[in-house]
Amino acid sequence: MDTFSFLLQGLATAFEPIMLLYALIGVTLGTAVGVLPGIGPALTVALLLPVTYGLDAAGSLIMFAGIYYGGMYGGSTTSILLNTPGESASVITALEGNKMARAGRGGPALATAAIGSFVAGLIATLLLAFLAPHVVKLALVFGPREYFALMVLAFVTVSAAFGESAIKGLVSLFIGLALAMVGIDQLTGQTRLAFGVPQLLDGIEVTTLAVAMFALGEALFVAAQGPGNDGAVLAIKGRVKMTAQDWSRSWKAWLRGTGIGFPIGSMPAGGADIASFLSYATERNLTKHPEEFGKGAIEGVAGPEAANNAAAAGTLVPLLTLGLPTTATAAIMLAGFQQFGLQPGPLLFATAPDLVWGLIASLLVANVMLLVLNLPLIRFWILLLKIPQPWLYGGILVFATLGTLGVNPSPVELTMLVLFGTLGYLMRLYGYPIAPVVVGLILGPMAEQQLRRALSISQGDPMTLVQSPIAAVLLALAAVALILPMILRARGRGDVLAQVGQAED
Amino acid sequence: MTPNGASGRRPDGAAFIIALALIGLGALLIWDGARIPDKAGYSGVGPGDVPKLIGYVLVLLGIGTGIEGWRNPGPKRPKQHPVPLLWLLGGMVVMVASIHSIGFVLGATILFTCAAAAFGERRFHVAIPSGLVLGLFIYAVFDVLLQLNLPAGPIEMAIFGR
Repeated sequence: MDTFSFLLQGLATAFEPIMLLYALIGVTLGTAVGVLPGIGPALTVALLLPVTYGLDAAGSLIMFAGIYYGGMYGGSTTSILLNTPGESASVITALEGNKMARAGRGGPALATAAIGSFVAGLIATLLLAFLAPHVVKLALVFGPREYFALMVLAFVTVSAAFGESAIKGLVSLFIGLALAMVGIDQLTGQTRLAFGVPQLLDGIEVTTLAVAMFALGEALFVAAQGPGNDGAVLAIKGRVKMTAQDWSRSWKAWLRGTGIGFPIGSMPAGGADIASFLSYATERNLTKHPEEFGKGAIEGVAGPEAANNAAAAGTLVPLLTLGLPTTATAAIMLAGFQQFGLQPGPLLFATAPDLVWGLIASLLVANVMLLVLNLPLIRFWILLLKIPQPWLYGGILVFATLGTLGVNPSPVELTMLVLFGTLGYLMRLYGYPIAPVVVGLILGPMAEQQLRRALSISQGDPMTLVQSPIAAVLLALAAVALILPMILRARGRGDVLAQVGQAED
Repeated sequence: MTPNGASGRRPDGAAFIIALALIGLGALLIWDGARIPDKAGYSGVGPGDVPKLIGYVLVLLGIGTGIEGWRNPGPKRPKQHPVPLLWLLGGMVVMVASIHSIGFVLGATILFTCAAAAFGERRFHVAIPSGLVLGLFIYAVFDVLLQLNLPAGPIEMAIFGR
């Protein structure tokens, strides 16, 4: 069967009423967390992992993907109206979007963000559907050494390639890798770093770490800045629609944003925030209205918003075909697959085609739902921004505790929640990125296993790691991604990288 | 997050503490890795070797952080307010210590009230009932309906009978 018939079958799954319900819950929650500053899609999926344990696997995964897509839509609303990004991929949107809202053009800004997200999400999801089977074929020739090289590349791009400083990214990554070593070694059954605490034998739960770092760490950081940093929400003046001129200026930016976002998301080259930044830079160079940039140019909203949605869809390519997460949200979604005993990768397309294609098809459905939620119903979401901070964070923390209790209601787990939350606060305070810790925790044991398998096959000869052309190229790319930014920073060009590297979700 | 600059204190004390912590963590991994019996098998890489490798890299990163802190002190960090931090952490600690005896609902109430206080809501006659309602609602939905096993205390026993 070809992709098209698989996709049709997937649509049949996606249109089952119960699946539609899961998708609707997902996109609604996703939009809500996207709109609310302080919680992002990564945290939300982490919180929902234990809750969905007893539910249907396909439905839960559809819900998670809906949250991811919804977060990308919702984030723009906060950026435009509050000048505080709702999630990290919308940092760039705030630049032009908030200026537009101040100039009374909030309606067109919201409209171009929502429609651009829709266009990009639709194209990128179709690209995902048609590209995935080819990547699966490629992945079948991958052995342990190629997987190891791919993971090394992902480690470097997540931690060191972007951001203020390579050393801080690497510190975060290696803290994650160190935490990943806790528990029983999967190849020999040897206990490592458990210090006689039985609860540590299972290793550190992804949910606990993600919830602690993203929810508690963020709450501590915001609280410690003291009172009075609440921004005022700008009212939407006029209707949420665009003029003919807005359309003609937006549609090229949407397509360019999609063209930039999808490849960046689908390669292990970082997440949506990098895509949206590059799209913004492109639009600023290509625009016919350079005088408007910095004062509210609609292309500066349309391009990045399309790019971050396309990148979110692109991220699903390595996640589904290789089992390789390249962002924190994807890493937690991988944990979601594993919770249901599913291992994403080439085999999943053979063993559970209904699930994979149902998931991809429901993303198309989710996109349509999100367009409806974000255009006609936009005024409803703005009400969320009026929740006072104390109630918002009080509620987030209670749910965070619930997530941890749901995984494992032991005092050890809760103590880890507090400890990692404090660590998350300190890391934020001193400018260390959070996402590499989570990615390191999840990918660390997988990378270690692939490394040891590759070396077992070669009877301990480390040269095997570079003797396959694919692995050698991937490792060379990883080296370039590590060294090139260091040279750029040393020559004083690091500010661009620092702006890009605010990866949280 | 904040722009680079040489405006910070020199030498940067925080960088040295972070450096020491990283070296300490690295040493812990190396020690634990060395303690593990060598079962390398065919691969030549046993269960203790990857932790040791990570430990060595952490030590190197610690040294690098120290040097970086000496040469290029970080930017001046924004003033941190200790009172909200204490409210929030205190609420977490009290909740963690007591939730298994007082149950989820009261634990959630304590946490919610303290968190709200940390963010400036000090009207406890409003915050405490709100936390109680939220806790009851979550317990009813997630424990009773979704079968998530949350800790039960006297309140849960009285209302939900389990």
